[in-house]
Parts: sequence; structure tokens; C-alpha cells
Amino acid sequence: MTVRVQFENNNEVGVFSKLTNSYCLVAIGGSENFYSVFEAELAETIPVIHASVGGCRIIGRLCVGNKNGLLVPHTTTDIELQHIRNSLPDKVKVQRIEERLSALGNVISCNDYVALVHPDLDRETEEILADTLDVEVFRQTVAGNVLVGSYSVLSNQGGLVHPKTSIQDQDELSSLLQVPLAAGTVNRGSDVIAAGMVVNDWVAFCGMDTTSTELSVIESVFKLNDASPAAIASTMRASLIESMS
Amino acid sequence: MEVLNELVRQETMILCCICGIGIESNPANMCVACLRTQIDITKNIPKQTTIHFCKGCERYLQPPSEWIYAALESRELLTLCLKRLRGLNRVKLIDAGFVWTEPHSMRLKVKLTVQAEVMSGAILQQIFIVEYTINHQMCNDCHRTEAKDYWRALVQVRQRAVNKKTFYYLEQLILKNKAHEQTLGIKPIHEGLDFFYTNEATARKMVDFLSSVIPCRYDHSKKLISHDIHSNIYNYKFTYSVEIVPISRDSVVCLPRKLSHQLGGINAICLVYKITNFIHLIDVATGQIAELNATLYWRHSFNSICDPKQLIEYTVMDIEQIKYKDRKFFPGQGTISHKHVIADVWLVRSSDLGLNENLIHTRTHLGHILKPGDTVLGYVLSESNINDENFEMLNKDVIPDVILTKKNYTQDKATRRRMRAWKLKHMTEDKDSMATDNNDYYEFLEDIEEDPEMRQNINIFKNPRKSIPVDTNELSDPSYPQISLEEMLEDFAIDDIKIPHV
Repeated sequence: MTVRVQFENNNEVGVFSKLTNSYCLVAIGGSENFYSVFEAELAETIPVIHASVGGCRIIGRLCVGNKNGLLVPHTTTDIELQHIRNSLPDKVKVQRIEERLSALGNVISCNDYVALVHPDLDRETEEILADTLDVEVFRQTVAGNVLVGSYSVLSNQGGLVHPKTSIQDQDELSSLLQVPLAAGTVNRGSDVIAAGMVVNDWVAFCGMDTTSTELSVIESVFKLNDASPAAIASTMRASLIESMS
Repeated sequence: MEVLNELVRQETMILCCICGIGIESNPANMCVACLRTQIDITKNIPKQTTIHFCKGCERYLQPPSEWIYAALESRELLTLCLKRLRGLNRVKLIDAGFVWTEPHSMRLKVKLTVQAEVMSGAILQQIFIVEYTINHQMCNDCHRTEAKDYWRALVQVRQRAVNKKTFYYLEQLILKNKAHEQTLGIKPIHEGLDFFYTNEATARKMVDFLSSVIPCRYDHSKKLISHDIHSNIYNYKFTYSVEIVPISRDSVVCLPRKLSHQLGGINAICLVYKITNFIHLIDVATGQIAELNATLYWRHSFNSICDPKQLIEYTVMDIEQIKYKDRKFFPGQGTISHKHVIADVWLVRSSDLGLNENLIHTRTHLGHILKPGDTVLGYVLSESNINDENFEMLNKDVIPDVILTKKNYTQDKATRRRMRAWKLKHMTEDKDSMATDNNDYYEFLEDIEEDPEMRQNINIFKNPRKSIPVDTNELSDPSYPQISLEEMLEDFAIDDIKIPHV
């Protein structure tokens, strides 16, 4: 399931939202349209929360998280932190960290088990990251870019990386992450993938400019397409065999 | 259209974001075909435009107001075409060239190759054709010519003299120096020529040229055509009236006493032996010479007393050169000519030859070329009717009876004309006023033959219809003046059929 969405006429939806398997953060916008799209898809399963970080709406780039926890930068105010803590499920750990590279979303990319981080990230931050999010941490680059959080998007099913990432780099990252990777684009050729989309294990949201070709790449690499022939063959196999026999 | 990518090629294949075919990643992340549908770098450049062309002078308008000559498919025309294109500064022009079009189609096609940077660093190259429609527009100059309002400045050259030899000489000087190139037109008028110009500066240049080659004076006047009181612009027509001294070569003049004193005590009666930008005078009896510039002439303003029309032919019976020691000099005397030889000469009028034995005695400056038996041309002062106030004040005893001007080489002018293997060019084809079929003109031609110094200022052309006589037996006199072949120019002629302009 992939949904096209816009934040106040802006296609960079990954900037204004943070989506994990256990919660979704959405920036406070002028209209509730953006929030409504997320709520319509997610309200039944996970909480969708209005949030701001340090008074900014660009929460997707400032914080990083997965189903186990959420890291927010030191610019986050106490009230904001309190609001996020109150709104999130109890099992999600929220941690505010002192880090020079305060746009955590740009420097860290993670799923529920592994995280890729900027090579210059603080050692202490790395430890907190590993503890809070319960992930294995790798210092890596994507296609020569140190901003791994901007140029890659990961879920537990797969990952999308910068279009210039070479085959060798993809193989290396894929073996670290233990998920299949693909090089691709969003928003009609934009290579800043994480800014253009958010994804969890069953749904993805991407900018309104995203073409159908890009959508099909996203759906196939993140395995979001329930109706794919492969899905029929694997998940429905048992019931099919049962009914036919 | 091609995508140029300087970055290192990598193996990764991604799907084109529009059509989904596999491509190597590029800054736009689109395949070339899709990029072409998405972006047109030439959209700010007009594909059709007009340029203006003046039929009258065959020039193209280069805005705002310049008109330039440019041949079809020339570099100049391409420059003009490219300057007409707006929006070309936003792209990088790689190549431009003409596509052939029929000349009568009034269309020009230019094929352009441009490059531009699109979508964060991809450089696109595109080739397209711009069509120019040629519109007719009359240029200002032609417009004024059509409206018969084309001249702004006029130079009137006048000579109030009996013969026109100075004018023929002036014409040749103008041709040699190409001083007539900027004129709009030349109009022969009684006693002179009118030169028309578009602006005052070119007319002024002509006047300066004239005053540097012949003795003359000029007056300047202007007539107000229109004016704009708001912008203080005045529109004038300028007229320069140039008056050439009314004295021609081979005339005899009578100087005022004061002037003759000033010129080193030269005899009052002098022969004009040359005209350059000075009047060159010689006293035939002593060989004393003097040069008179225009300013000095107009201050004293004297007239000629004898003109070449009054020349009478004499035959030399005897000649005796005067030795240097026998000649009289006085202190304060002006320059004496060393080119001329003073001689005593005894003459008989050619028409009276054999009828009487009364020899006329006179002194001449032509001692170096005359010998007994030669014919010579001269003026009879004693018999002419001279009305000149300076002449009347002279002591009649010192006036010579006869003044010889030049040697007469052949009695038969027609033969001499036939022998002439050269010709001159002319400024106007107008047959009426600057007619070249009269005695003045033939005398002028003879003067050219006799005076090598004068030839230096003149372009002489070979006459293709005459052959140069190799065998000179026909000529009795070896000193017969001739122009050598080296001095002649070959005329430039193109035998081409003129194509009428449609």
C-alpha cells in the first residue's frame, strides 16, 4: 500500500513526518489535510501524533526512531518531549541526546534491527542509539554521501538507496542490513529519497510528484504490494491448496 | 538532444522515473526521451522572427538604427541574425550556420546548436532551426533620397575664368585622390560644379581638400530648414561657396606695383607657368619666378590680361641664349629659375612667313627647347586690347611686344589627337556641361603630355582602342612630348551582364 500525499503543496513528505511500525509523528501544519491522510491509513493500528521538535515542523529530519524507541535532538523543549512521551505507547523509549549533528534524521537511517549512521557521529550517541532503538549500528556512506539518513530509506522488508549507489555498495549495505536493497528515486527523479517518502512494514507515503514507475519500485522493494503474484504464491498458498483439495 | 554527464560512470541501473526503462543514473534521473518531453531549453528563444532589409541600398537593419551591408550566408549576416534572437543569452551557443534557402523566398534559416544546464546539473544540447522573415523597410538614407531631401551640405566650386583648364585639372585631382567618394551627387553648373553631401563634415572635408590642391577661397552659409524649440535642435542646409582664382595656366597677368615689389621686384607682366595650390609666375625676360598663394592673391586681386585663346603662332628664325654673365641682377631680387634658359629670339608670325622680312625681337624663357625653325605660341601685347588698371599704370616702354608661352609641337592637332594612346576618367557622364570635346579639353590633354610634373597628380589610363606606336618614325621631332607606357594604368573593366534586382 503506497499513498501519495502533499504537505501544504510541498512534496517532501519525509521532512514533515516520521513513520515507524509502532507510531507515526506528523508535523503541525496549517491544515489537517496531511494529518488526515496518515490517520485514514494508520489510525486503526498505530497512534498518529502531532508533534514539533524545537519549534520546527521538519520533524522527519530532526528525529530518528523505530518501533522500540525515538531519539530527539537537544533542541527539543521539555514540553514537546513531554507531549511526545505522553502520546507514544509505553513500550517506546524516548531519549533526548546531545549531538553536534543535531539533524538526526539526516545522519541516521534505521529499521527495527540495524542502523546506518554518519561516519562522524559521536561515539556516545552511537551507544545511546544502540541501547534505545535496540539496533546494530554501522558507520557507512551511501553513494559517497555521508548523510545516510537523507539518501536511504529502510524498512524491515527492504531498502531504497540513492540512485548513484554502485552495485558493489548495494551488495555491501545489503549484507550489513540483511534486507534487499534497490537504487531508485522519488518525486519525479529526486535523489533525496528520505525527504520524499516515509515507510514502515505495511505502508508507504510519498510525495505527490512521485510517478507510477517510482511507486512500483517502492512497492516492490518494500514488499507493500499485497496483490503481487508472489504474495499470492506465498501467503495465500495454504488456503488455496486447502480449498482446491 | 544528449545528456552530457561529467561524473564517473557507474554500473547502477535505475528505472527512468517517467517511462520505467532501465537507465544509468543521471542528475535528472530520467531517460533522454523523457527529458526531452519534460524540458525544452529553447522555449525562451523565438523560432520565427523578422529582419528588415532596405531594397534601395541592399542593407540590413541592425537595431536600433544601424544599416549594414551583408551578403547572403555571410558571417556578418549570421552575426546580425544571432543578435536578433532574444533569450540566446540564457543558453550556451555551440554552433550556428545557415540552412540554404531560395534567395527570392525572403526567408533565412539558421541552424543553432545550444547547450543549457537543467535540473541541478544535467547539461542538455539541442539543435533547432530559426526562421527569419525578411521584411522590406526603407532606410533613412534611401528615404531621404526618395523624398528628394537627401543633401544637407553643398559645395559650390566656381571659377570665373575664360577657359576651363583648371577645372579639368581639378577633376583629375579629385579622381586621383578619391575625394568624391562621399558625395551624393555631382552637378555641373555654368562656370563650375556642385558637390552634394549628407552632412557638413564631409562637405568640409571636400573644401579642405580643394584648398590644399588649388588656390581658392570659400564662403560658408547656412539656411535654417526647421528647428525644434523644445529640444533646441536646429536643422540646417549648409553651403560652401568655393571660388577658384580666375587665372589659368599660360595666361599673362599684370601685377599691381605693390605686389610686384613684394615678390622680389618681379616684372609686373608675368606669365603663369604652373598652377598648383600656388600660382607660379615667371618673368619671361629675366627668368625670375614667384609663387603666390590664395590669400596673397585675394588680397591683391588682379586679372589676367591675355588668355590662351589669344595665342598666335610664331616661327623662330633665330635664337641666341643669353650668357649668365650678361644677365642683369639687382639686390633684393627674388628667385631665378634654373630650369628655364633666357634667350633672345627673333620671330616671324607663321601666317606672315615669307610675306615680310620684319623680324620681331623678344626675350623668352624657353631658350632650352627652342631652335630656329620651331613654331611657338605667344601673345602680342602691343596689338591686344587690354583693359586693366594695373597695365595702364605701367611705363609702355618696358612692355615687350610679344610674350612667348610654349613651344608648338605640331601644327596639326588632329594628328596629335589621333596619336594619343591614353585617356582620362571623368566624374560625371553628363555630356552637356563638362563636355570633353572642345579645344579647352584638348589643350589640357596636350598640357599633360608636355608637363611630367603635372602627370604625377593624375591617373592616366591606357586607351584599349589605341595601340602604342612602337615605331616613332612618324614623328619628326624627337623631343615630341609623349607619355610613356609605364605612366599609364590599365583600366579595370568587368564584362558582366547586370542582373536586375527583383
